[in-house]
Amino acid sequence: MNITVRYFANMRDRMGRAEDSVAVDGETITVEELWGRVSPQQTLPANVLIAVNMEYTDASRALKNGDEVAFFPPVTGG
Amino acid sequence: MKVIVQEGLFDPYQVTRDYEARCLPVGKHGAVVTFVGTMRDFNDGHNVSAMFLEHYPGMTERHIEAVCQEAAEKWDVIDALVLHRHGDISVSEPIVLVAVWSAHRAHAFDACRYIINYLKERAPFWKREATTQGHQRWVEHNTEDPGVNSQGTKQKTA
Repeated sequence: MNITVRYFANMRDRMGRAEDSVAVDGETITVEELWGRVSPQQTLPANVLIAVNMEYTDASRALKNGDEVAFFPPVTGG
Repeated sequence: MKVIVQEGLFDPYQVTRDYEARCLPVGKHGAVVTFVGTMRDFNDGHNVSAMFLEHYPGMTERHIEAVCQEAAEKWDVIDALVLHRHGDISVSEPIVLVAVWSAHRAHAFDACRYIINYLKERAPFWKREATTQGHQRWVEHNTEDPGVNSQGTKQKTA
């Protein structure tokens, strides 16, 4: 299956890119396991927020083909 | 209800008047409460000269719409309008407008406060400030409103 991964704000700066496309073999993968693929050197920072298909979720969320996962820092709008 | 996320300067009072003239039924509302958030020239102990506001297109609109819907379920809201900018913003310019129309003022005040508070908590926007010393930095968290406690009543600051 294929997962689109997007990074915003300081997470994009930290990753050095805005987006990844990740091909996953096998049945399932969680957000946390996906993070291990895109950032093998670094554990998921504690204050990072996670969205799947534009809804907030957590790192234990199981992903399916075509999901869009986003990693970003605490929001500061308004 | 209407949510707009746009780049570029806007006049929040003109936008409110135009929306009311175009979309509100005549004679039904007894109160309109507007909140306009503007850009300060200071933040977190630094002098700030300009700001860039990033957002997550699609998710941002979806979550502001959800907050407006929640407000309409909690209070008697006739209509609500939210306009939030992204992109480059200069000092003293408006960043966000929340306007709420209701038959009575208490509902309009409470719904407006709810929308701006939860927008700040949930809508995916990120501010990057340029300080007057020439540094760029991501704002790490929104500041608490120092004059307001969690019940929403005014407190004197020392």
